[in-house]
Amino acid sequence: MPWDRNQMAARAAEELEDGMYVNLGIGIPTLVANYVGDKDITLQSENGMLGMGPFPFEGEEDPDLINAGKQTITELARTSYFDSATSFGMIRGGKIAAAILGAMEVAENGDLANWMIPGKLVKGMGGAMDLVAGVGRVIVVMDHTNKAGESKVLRECTLPLTGRGVVDRIITNLGVLDVVPGGLKIVETADGVTEDELRAATEAKIVD
Amino acid sequence: MKKVFDNADEALDGLLKDGMFIAAGGFGLCGIPELLIDALVKSGVKDLTIASNNCGVDGFGLGKLLDTRQIRKMISSYVGENAEFMRQYLSGELELEFNPQGTLAERMRAGGCGIPGFFTKTGVGTVIAEGKDVKNFDGQDYILERGIVADLSIVKAWKADDTGNLVFRKTARNFNPPAAMCGKVCVVEVEEIVPRGSLDPDHIHLPGIYVHRIIQGQHEKRIEQRTTRKKETA
Repeated sequence: MPWDRNQMAARAAEELEDGMYVNLGIGIPTLVANYVGDKDITLQSENGMLGMGPFPFEGEEDPDLINAGKQTITELARTSYFDSATSFGMIRGGKIAAAILGAMEVAENGDLANWMIPGKLVKGMGGAMDLVAGVGRVIVVMDHTNKAGESKVLRECTLPLTGRGVVDRIITNLGVLDVVPGGLKIVETADGVTEDELRAATEAKIVD
Repeated sequence: MKKVFDNADEALDGLLKDGMFIAAGGFGLCGIPELLIDALVKSGVKDLTIASNNCGVDGFGLGKLLDTRQIRKMISSYVGENAEFMRQYLSGELELEFNPQGTLAERMRAGGCGIPGFFTKTGVGTVIAEGKDVKNFDGQDYILERGIVADLSIVKAWKADDTGNLVFRKTARNFNPPAAMCGKVCVVEVEEIVPRGSLDPDHIHLPGIYVHRIIQGQHEKRIEQRTTRKKETA
């Protein structure tokens, strides 16, 4: 059985180590926060906060306290606030250890496309280009194939790029792949998924 | 010199002209200068270019200036939370320049700091890099981005003293300090103007040197995505 959304998030959480400052994207990456367990992880929200807490209880929402997805959130004892220039200073400056992001396409050289489909409604890249250019490690979490069953792990991206050669690790419903010189290397397969099944669903070159 | 004005209309008096360039603080609907936006609508000033991370929602925030067709161009990182924005953009009535969020923030900060351009690795190898100078430093490519200097900054803070020293609250700070810094004139709206000396000088987020006019008023502070969790019952 391929991993479901929660299992992918749980697997992504294994990437995080004690003491890390981490930025989580929207969608499955947001679920990663549920699986960090006892690890001492500080979540960054790029609109200007370190130490993001859980959603507030009903009636305790504060309009001055939101995350990058514009959702109401809470603060923790460790929380700090800062302006957007400072926030992206720490991102661009490599102070954020890792970003876990969703994607539309990833290529074997680490190219990432996750902000724009030509001809469709384009809302903008937000902070995605800054994040992938700046953080220590970029981990993509996504389904291995699209709704038509076509691979999202490609030789080359077909969509406009968010960043060139920026992805370090890909976690999909079928397994885990690393971007290495010459292509992608299989790190592991999801429980019950064979390496042949993973290869068959992957357009990108897989190297040993 | 007196910085405190009675209301938003008076605070903007003499500062507005058609075709001007405005930098606005705020992220989504959080920390936006609601009162000054209302005053811009009332003024009828048009053909505006506005640098702001987002463009409000239908009928609120900068979305109000879309409804009245006062905006000619937006410089933003993420838009489209409003149907009217997309309608005007797709019909060619509204110009749009996408900037990566951190690049936009740094363009404002740099412009306010006398830095006309800076090199960043954000956007290298993407459409954002098209037409921009590329320079290699220590084996890595960077693109040249320009600092922004706006004719006017409109900003929301939590508290100010009468000299313009500002304190922001939680994530409502966001783009407000860099937006304030990059304006030739900066007008700020706050929830409370406090007596001089009552703000701890060590806890000022933005010094009054960046602030030219201040108003105090009531803010709606609309929430864009109200998200909560259930209280666990024992």
